[in-house]
Amino acid sequence: MCGIIGFISKKKRPISGDKIAIALDSLKERGNGQGSGYVGYGIYPKYKDSYALHVFLNNTPDHYEIISKVKDTLEKYGKVIKDEEIPTNGEILKKEFIPWRFFYDFHTSYKDIENDLMVNMVMEINDKIDGAFVFSSGKNLGVFKASGWPMEVAEFYKLDQYKGYMWLSHARYPTNTKGWWGGAHPFNILNWSVVHNGEITSYGTNKRYVESFGYKCRMLTDTEVVAYIFDLLIRKHELPVEYALSAIAPKFWKEIDLMEKDERKTYESIRMTYGGAVLNGPFAIIVGTHEGMVFMNGDVEKNNSMIGITDRIKLRPLVVAEKDDLVFVSSEEAAIRRISPELDKVEMPDAGMPVIVKMEK
Amino acid sequence: MIPSTVPPKYKVEINSNRCMLCERCVRECSWGVYRRDRNKIVTYSNRCGACQRCVAMCPRDAITVNKNATCWRDHPLWTREVREDIINQSRTGCILLSGMGNAKELPTYFDNIVLDACQVTNPSIDPLREPMELRTYIGKKPKKLEFEYIEEEIEGKKIKKAKLKTNIAPNLKLETPIMIAHMSYGALSLNSHLAMAKAVKECGTFMGTGEGGLHRALYPYANHTITQIASGRFGVNEDYLMRGAAIEIKIGQGSKPGIGGHLPGEKVSAEVSMTRMIPEGSDAISPAPHHDIYSIEDLAQLVRSLKEATRWKIPVFVKIAAVHNVAAIANGIATSDADAVVIDGFKGGTGAAPKVFRDNVGIPIELAIAAVDQRLREEGVRNEVSIIASGGIRNSADVFKSIALGADAVYIGTAIMVAMGCRVCGRCYTGQCAWGIATQKPELVNRLDVEEGTNRVANLIKAWTLEIKELLGAAGINSIESLRGNRDRLRGIGLSSVELEALGIKHAGF
Repeated sequence: MCGIIGFISKKKRPISGDKIAIALDSLKERGNGQGSGYVGYGIYPKYKDSYALHVFLNNTPDHYEIISKVKDTLEKYGKVIKDEEIPTNGEILKKEFIPWRFFYDFHTSYKDIENDLMVNMVMEINDKIDGAFVFSSGKNLGVFKASGWPMEVAEFYKLDQYKGYMWLSHARYPTNTKGWWGGAHPFNILNWSVVHNGEITSYGTNKRYVESFGYKCRMLTDTEVVAYIFDLLIRKHELPVEYALSAIAPKFWKEIDLMEKDERKTYESIRMTYGGAVLNGPFAIIVGTHEGMVFMNGDVEKNNSMIGITDRIKLRPLVVAEKDDLVFVSSEEAAIRRISPELDKVEMPDAGMPVIVKMEK
Repeated sequence: MIPSTVPPKYKVEINSNRCMLCERCVRECSWGVYRRDRNKIVTYSNRCGACQRCVAMCPRDAITVNKNATCWRDHPLWTREVREDIINQSRTGCILLSGMGNAKELPTYFDNIVLDACQVTNPSIDPLREPMELRTYIGKKPKKLEFEYIEEEIEGKKIKKAKLKTNIAPNLKLETPIMIAHMSYGALSLNSHLAMAKAVKECGTFMGTGEGGLHRALYPYANHTITQIASGRFGVNEDYLMRGAAIEIKIGQGSKPGIGGHLPGEKVSAEVSMTRMIPEGSDAISPAPHHDIYSIEDLAQLVRSLKEATRWKIPVFVKIAAVHNVAAIANGIATSDADAVVIDGFKGGTGAAPKVFRDNVGIPIELAIAAVDQRLREEGVRNEVSIIASGGIRNSADVFKSIALGADAVYIGTAIMVAMGCRVCGRCYTGQCAWGIATQKPELVNRLDVEEGTNRVANLIKAWTLEIKELLGAAGINSIESLRGNRDRLRGIGLSSVELEALGIKHAGF
């Protein structure tokens, strides 16, 4: 059991991070204080075209050596334009790790492959540099997470000082790996961020599937694999979003068998080809997406969007609500009402039916 | 003279108080164990193989068949079996023949693997209430799908729509991941073939024809058969290839890797001779290698030739015995145009194999699945080709474990024969099968009722299918693809770290 909530402003209106913390705080019943986390999109307007890497460093006297190792890795392909400790309030939580951030630009010659290079560098740093763990690697966004209750983590990272147009958050009740800072949600790679309530029973299959495409699952937790599957299907394979989501939470064969010929062939092909990407077991997830997703109608979304989806028999709750330009997705309506008492619309999406929220044009 | 008679393996006894001299045993035993001598039934225990036909048919429950434990001095090295074999071979100078699978006490890894189930953190799924999907597609799959965006006019509006561009090669659609292994007509009777064919059609799955062609009585079920091309090429022509749902090139067999096959002339009846396209009564000998396949590229060419011959409409599988280098060979097959790799473990059954091969050559199927699946993933081709596992799969748990280790589907052979009556007496090569399964003698073949056989075979497949659904539900999984290669849900018990590493699983407790 975990609590998740996210919201997005369809007008890209910047909203302070303390809002999401207040909302998540009302879901603390669903966590046990062993992990809470947030991701804000649009929080680094000054460096909006640079990659913002958030890294946990071992809190040891030699952490400056670790920083220089990370820099060396990054500077093989580009330049670190700024790096600093992420401001924290040490009175709230014991600093088990030092959260550090790097703003980073690739050399222009790597423009076409910079996404793939970034994935590889994250894998390399996490794999090879002892004492460094990259937990956020997108542009103009940042993950803030630690072991602690929702309010503790928010105050620790001084979330009220950041403004973003999309925030996702998670209160953790760890069941499959022990609670540590890196194991808290959101999980992020590039501009993908995932918060997840549930347990992926197909983890072994999914892990080995993404590994055969070069991803390394280092976290031993199922949410990480969800982020890689989104990256693989939507960014790398460029599947139309709706179809990619139907690979992840597939339609049942008995539904597919009743479709007309072309549609049936499409859904059958998706299940045949992407069986390894099916997420099985109970889950409700909220995903902050990469830019450039292609939709079934050929539209390309240049912005980041928010997707909410459950497993195909809906073994975890998910509720969607709207208020003016804001769309909320959450485990519970109560958390939404906490920050937006009046709502225009509240809905429970059907099992396996995705909720996709795009920016207004 | 050196006397070379050895004590019989079994001891047949008739309780004369119960026996009513109906002579049913005399008629039923095709091995000639029983004879009526005036007012009693005389037994020749040395002819008995414990096939239990007599026991099953005796109306008075008067017959007992026991192991004959007498006479042999115990010795841990010079066992009774070793001594018997030497006596037989020194008498005949011949290779010892045997039936069924490896009979040595080598590890059955399935028995040292346990399964996972949901508790609290994720709910188990009740297959009686929720859909539980076992549908499996066997064949080539693309690495990724490609879409194109086509503008359509719908009610005056121009709307773009994503259309699937990728065409997937023909696959076999299985409603359950259990297929029936290749056992030829010739080795088996027509009635058993008919029973299997009707059952697979009923269950939405497939059976292998074995290297014996396709008898015309099976034509109505041909789209549920997988035809086989083995080294003897018996029964192969264009019509045969086009009729089946898939074609399998058999390179090797788990029970006798590295050698060919032999159907004794006694079993080549008129019908068998027509189906196999060989003279009646002649031995059907399949050579050890295919004489047009001396290398992996030759195999790739044969795969292509078969695809050309069948207009690329029919998937082609390649079956190999699980040997030491199985992973590399499977990778070679996977990178040809072949649609599936079949791996047959050393406990796989057979009608006739040299005993020395059956008991000594090849490796366990569990390790072979793990090695092949892992290697194909490392090469990045696992998702494009299917893996079918066979050889010693005895129950639904074995099927489940095979799939979790990395197989797409399994073939079962011996289990199907047992469903039709077989008691695993291991004398299939004699053609005397008292149960009417592995024989061509009309009076014996008639003992197997086709409808009843169909029911038994279908029941077995359905029962295992139900059990697999229950196991999946308990594991919190509702479609079989999420079990495939999901070694996370397996744990080993009592295995060494080397064995665990080979299987790619953790030990229980971790």
